[in-house]
Amino acid sequence: MRTLAVMAAAGLALSACGSSDSSSNTSASDGGGPANCGKNLAFLGAATGPAGALGQNMIGGIKFALDKYTKANPDCKIGLKVFDSQGDATKATPLATQIVNDPSIVGLIGPGFSTESLATGKTLAAAGLPSISPSATNVTITQQGWTTWHRLIGNDAAQGAADAKYLTDTAKSQKPFVIDDGSDYGKGLAESVKKALGSAYDSSNTDTVQTGQTDFSATVTKVKSSGADAVFFAGYYPEGGLLVKQLRQAGYKGLFMSGDGSEDPAFITTAGASAANGAILSAPAGPAPASFNTDYKAVVGSAAGLYSTQAYDATNIFLAAFKAGKSSAADINDFIGAYTGDGESGPIAFDDKGDITETTIYAYKVSNGKLDTANPTPIK
Amino acid sequence: MDFAFLFNNFAELTITGLALGAIYGLVALGYTMVYGVLQLINFAHSEVFMFGTFAVAWVVVFVHGTGQASQGLGSTLGLLALCLVAAMLTSAAIALLIERVAYRPLIRKGAPKLVILISAIGASFALAEAMGLRDRIVGWFGLDDNLTNYVGQARNVYSSPITIDPHQVFKIANYHVTDVDLLVIGAALVMMVALDTFVTRTRLGRGIRSVAQDPEAAALMGVNSTRVIQATFLIGGLMAGAAATLYMIKIGTTRQDAGFILGVKAFTAAVMGGIGNLRGALLGGLVLGVVENWGSAVFGTQWKDVVAFVLLILILLLRPSGILGESLGKARA
Repeated sequence: MRTLAVMAAAGLALSACGSSDSSSNTSASDGGGPANCGKNLAFLGAATGPAGALGQNMIGGIKFALDKYTKANPDCKIGLKVFDSQGDATKATPLATQIVNDPSIVGLIGPGFSTESLATGKTLAAAGLPSISPSATNVTITQQGWTTWHRLIGNDAAQGAADAKYLTDTAKSQKPFVIDDGSDYGKGLAESVKKALGSAYDSSNTDTVQTGQTDFSATVTKVKSSGADAVFFAGYYPEGGLLVKQLRQAGYKGLFMSGDGSEDPAFITTAGASAANGAILSAPAGPAPASFNTDYKAVVGSAAGLYSTQAYDATNIFLAAFKAGKSSAADINDFIGAYTGDGESGPIAFDDKGDITETTIYAYKVSNGKLDTANPTPIK
Repeated sequence: MDFAFLFNNFAELTITGLALGAIYGLVALGYTMVYGVLQLINFAHSEVFMFGTFAVAWVVVFVHGTGQASQGLGSTLGLLALCLVAAMLTSAAIALLIERVAYRPLIRKGAPKLVILISAIGASFALAEAMGLRDRIVGWFGLDDNLTNYVGQARNVYSSPITIDPHQVFKIANYHVTDVDLLVIGAALVMMVALDTFVTRTRLGRGIRSVAQDPEAAALMGVNSTRVIQATFLIGGLMAGAAATLYMIKIGTTRQDAGFILGVKAFTAAVMGGIGNLRGALLGGLVLGVVENWGSAVFGTQWKDVVAFVLLILILLLRPSGILGESLGKARA
C-alpha cells in the first residue's frame, strides 16, 4: 500500500515536471459569451535544448497573444501549459499522451519540429485535439490524413523550391552542392531543393552529415574538390555554423545558403562573424511589423524572433474560435479549417490537408557579423 | 563507392583525419590509463573532457569579452597558454572529484566491477546534466545576472568568441597543411612521449605500473595504492584538458553533451590500439580519425561511424588485445 502511494505521488510529481503555468478557474458566461474560459492551450516543442532559442520565440508569441486577450476579456482567462520536448521525438511522445489526457487542454500550438510532429501526430489525431504548428515544415506531415493537424507556415516543398530558385536565378550558381543532416527536416528540405534544382544539380554533389557532428573535414574536402560555387545546407544552426566555418577556413569562397533551421543568431556565434558573413538563410517567415516587436518586448521582456508571429497568429485563431462560442474540439477544428484572415505573419487560410495556402519565402543575409532580420528579400 | 575521390584528395583527408585523431588519442589516454590500473572503464572521462572545453571558452570570454574576433594562432599564443593551464586544471579537478566520490568508496568496499561501472555511467550523466543546468545552479546563489555570459542558454551550443584562423604552412600533394593541423598533431605526440617517459622513468610511474600488474604485491612493496590511483586519474585529467584545448582551437564550440560522442570514439580508439597500452591509445586515436575520413570519402559521411566500428570489430576478431596488444602492467623484458 505504501509503495503504491509513493509511486502515485512520484507519478504525479513527474507529470507536473512536464508542464508549467496553469489556468485559473473562472467559469464562462453562457449564451453569447466566449467559450472555454478557464481552460488551457498547450505548447509542445523545444523550450530548452540545442534549438531552445526557437521554442522560446514561440512561447513568447503565445504569451503575447494571451496577454492581449486577457486584457480585452478580463473575465475569461485562458492559460498556457508548456510541454518541453527539447525538439526530441522520443521526449515528445509521452508528453503528447499527457496532453491528450488532460481535460483542461482544448488546443495545441505546436509541435515545434517536424520529427516530433511525425512522432506525435497519430496520438493527437486519435484524440481529435486541434493543433496549429508555427514551425514544422516537413512535407509528409500533412500527407498522413491527420484532419486536426494544421500549420501556419510554408512547408519544405515551398521553401525548397524558393531556395532552388534563389540559387539558380539570384546567385546564378552553376554547380550547387546540397548537404543535409539526416534529420526528418533536413532530409525533407534537401530533397525539395534537389528536386527543384532539376538539371542544374549533379547528384554526385551531395553529402549527409550527422546532428551532433563537429568535424566536417571529409565533407569540406568533397565540396572543394567538386568545384562547387554554392553550398546549400539543410539542417540546424549548430551544424550549419561549424560547417560554414570549416568551409571558409579551408578556402571555400562560394555562396553558403541554409534554411530556416539555421536562421538564428547562434548561427553567427557558432561560425564566427567572419565565416558567417555573406551567408544566406531562408525562412518561410517574414520580419514582424515594428509595432509587433515593440509591443511584444513590452509584454514578454525579450525580443521577438523567428516563429514568434506564427505562434502569435496560431494562438489568436484559437482565441477567435473561443470568442465565437466554439467549445468542442470538433467545432474548433472546423473553425480553424474555415478561418481566413490576415495575421502578423501574413495572410492565413488553410487547405483541406492543413497546409497554409499562401506563403512567401524570405532570404535573410548575414552581414557585418549580424543577421539582418528586418530586411530580408522575398524570393519570388 | 568513390575511390577516385579518396585517391585524389588523399593528403588532405589523411592529415585532417590525423588532426582529429590526435584529439581522440589524447582523450583515449585517460581511458586506457584508468583501465590499465583499475580494470575499470571510466565512462565519466568524457565529462572530464567536456569541462575542459568549457574552461577554455570561459577563459576566452573572461579575458577577451564576448565580441567576435578572428585571430591567427601566433597572435593568440599567450591566451591559448592560459586556456591550456585552465583546461588542464579543471579537467584534473573533475577527474579527482570523480575518483573521490564515484570510485574510491566502491573500490574500498571491494564492490564488483559492474557496480563501479554503473557508478561511472551515473557520474557521467550527473556531470553532463549539471553543466546543462548551470544557469539554474548559479541562480541558487543569485549570481545568474552577473554570469549570463558564462551560464546563459545552458543547453545551447557555447562558442568561444575568438575564432582561430588557420594559416597555411607548407604543401603536401595538393593540400596546404595548416599551423593548426601541425599544432594538434605535434602536441599530441609530445604529450604521449612525455607520458610514456613519465610512466617508464619516474618513481610514481613505476608505482602506476606495479599497481597495474599486481595491486597486492605493489602494496607489499610499499606502494601507496590510493596515491597511485589518484595520480592515474590526475594524469588522465591533464591529458583530457590538453585535448580540450586543442579541440577548442580546432572546432571552437562546445555543448554539455559534447563529451558523449567524443568519449565513445576515444574509448573505441583505446580498445582498438590495445586497452591499457599508452602508445596504443594514441595509435588507435590516429587510426580512428583517419579511417573515419577515408570511410566518409569512399561511402559518404553518413557511413563514417559504420566504417569505423566495422574496422574495430575486424581488428578485435583478428587481434583481441588490440593493435599493439600489451598492457600497462605487463613486465617488459
